[in-house]
Amino acid sequence: MPRRLIALALLLALSAAAYILIDLKGPVAFILPYRLTKLAALMLVGVAIAVATVLFQTITGNRILTPSLMGFDALYVFVLTALVHTLGSVGFSALSPGVLFALNLTAMTALGLVLFGVLMRLARGDMVRLVLTGIVIGLLIRAITEFLQRLIDPNEFQTVQSLSFARFTQIDGVLLAVSAVAVIVGTGLAWHLRHRLDVLSLGQEAATGLGEPPASLHRLALLTICLLVAAATSLAGPLSSGGFGPASFFGLIVTAFAHMVTPTHRHAILLPCAALIGGIILIGGQLVMERLLDLATPLTVVIELIGGAVFLYLLLKRRAA
Amino acid sequence: MIRIEGLSHAIGGSPILHDIDLTLPEGGVTALIGPNGAGKSTLLSLIARLQKIQAGRITVGGQEVGRTSDRDLARTLAVMAQSTHVSARLSVADLVSFGRYPWHRGRPGAIDRDHVEQALTRFDLLALRHRFLDEISGGQRQRAFVAMAYAQDTPYLLLDEPLNNLDIAAARDLMGLVRDMADRDGRTVVIVLHDINYATGFADRLVVLKDGRIAAQGQPAQIVTEALLRDVFGTSATVETLQGRPYVVV
Ligand SMILES: Nc1ncnc2c1ncn2[C@@H]1O[C@H](COP(=O)(O)OP(=O)(O)O)[C@@H](O)[C@H]1O
Ligand SMILES: [Mg+2]
Repeated sequence: MPRRLIALALLLALSAAAYILIDLKGPVAFILPYRLTKLAALMLVGVAIAVATVLFQTITGNRILTPSLMGFDALYVFVLTALVHTLGSVGFSALSPGVLFALNLTAMTALGLVLFGVLMRLARGDMVRLVLTGIVIGLLIRAITEFLQRLIDPNEFQTVQSLSFARFTQIDGVLLAVSAVAVIVGTGLAWHLRHRLDVLSLGQEAATGLGEPPASLHRLALLTICLLVAAATSLAGPLSSGGFGPASFFGLIVTAFAHMVTPTHRHAILLPCAALIGGIILIGGQLVMERLLDLATPLTVVIELIGGAVFLYLLLKRRAA
Repeated sequence: MIRIEGLSHAIGGSPILHDIDLTLPEGGVTALIGPNGAGKSTLLSLIARLQKIQAGRITVGGQEVGRTSDRDLARTLAVMAQSTHVSARLSVADLVSFGRYPWHRGRPGAIDRDHVEQALTRFDLLALRHRFLDEISGGQRQRAFVAMAYAQDTPYLLLDEPLNNLDIAAARDLMGLVRDMADRDGRTVVIVLHDINYATGFADRLVVLKDGRIAAQGQPAQIVTEALLRDVFGTSATVETLQGRPYVVV
């Protein structure tokens, strides 16, 4: 299996190189930094969502529900909206990207912990209930956010809109740096937890018996998930709002592929595999859409299409448990 | 020694265990029997800290459950719960290897691999080692789970109905292996059994639970009587003695 990881790493390097080099003409001094920034952003988002999804699926013991499907990224818009609502657009614009990110992260983590607690309680170990509850919670978050947006002044609404549709084309250098730090810390945390996460696949009781009670591990993993999703979302816009970032099914596709390429319970293999696949899909997908096919269709649409099919497939082939 | 003092437990307001005092000596096989819903699994899971103790005190080999670190307790006591649900697709060897986790915390060494080989050999799983858990029979699966607990190499071993869904050959084999762990390795085994005849046939001591209270305890010959079957299990069956052990005629 390490050989497969090497192959994936080569594929990723290849797509990155192709993304930078193909059609590199005109004012290179202008295009090159632009492309590099975009590449870095795609890479960060791909890795962050991939790792977050693997963690989330491990702690919930399912392969279908993902943080995005559950609306973790919608929490981001919710927090933004709430901030604009309370501070007003003027006060809001005065916040620096770093402060904004910190606020967002704190709020997302707090809300994420609450939601996760509710989810696990309502699901009571039943997979179908878990998936359904998760999706309903996601819809609820989006509905509440929209309601809040209706309440605020149209001008301020504009601020939220432009922010939540943030795109890779206008990436702030500071934001990129902050997100990079967050993704590196989050990925490092996930890697640090890799052996403990393996034990969780045995189920709650067996894990406790081996000296690894899930409760504290769940909290740590959830913190990591919130950090990663917050970083990806603030960089690329909320994944489901039509931003340039990956779609709500992106994480699902990544983990489905990762389990196919490296069928193992070991997170030491699964985490890097998913991270590489996340990068390949975003960078390779962008390469194909933008350079090779010259299509204006956003990658998101394609990911949603494929992701929807994968979602149905996973749901239908699920062994009766 | 497992010492239980004043243990009471309630779930959702309804009491499950009532002020239990119980001391299980070092070594040998103790079988926990009693009607369905008597509280056997609850008692076992409290000893194994799978549920939080609400009232009372439990010590295992001198370590107090709930105060000892999870890691230390995992090196003292291994448990196989009644329902084993594994979400990942694991091979038999993967599963048994997990038994070593409390010792290596993710970085297995040569000693750990030795223990796993030994467990696979002893539980006759060598030929199945690369098979996935969903590709083997129920009996083989139960055996793999007991092998995992064995590989954990703890002085205390708690098993909750490991004979569930096993045919007579598989059940007798597994009980033989359990007996062996007590006799050859000197481990202290506590096992929940629902078939009294397996309990009388293989255990050194019985603890009988009814409605969350201890109804009787002692050697099988002393406590398995027609009166016990009537009072505790609510059935009038004959008890015959064979080679010094009582058996219920079913
Ligand atoms: N999670 C639970 N919620 C409510 N009642 C429970 C729960 N677990 C066990 N019980 C009740 O506790 C009693 C003892 O259960 P248990 O310890 O599993 O019995 P046994 O293993 O002896 O069959 C039963 O009456 C059962 O209904
Ligand atoms: Mg039981």
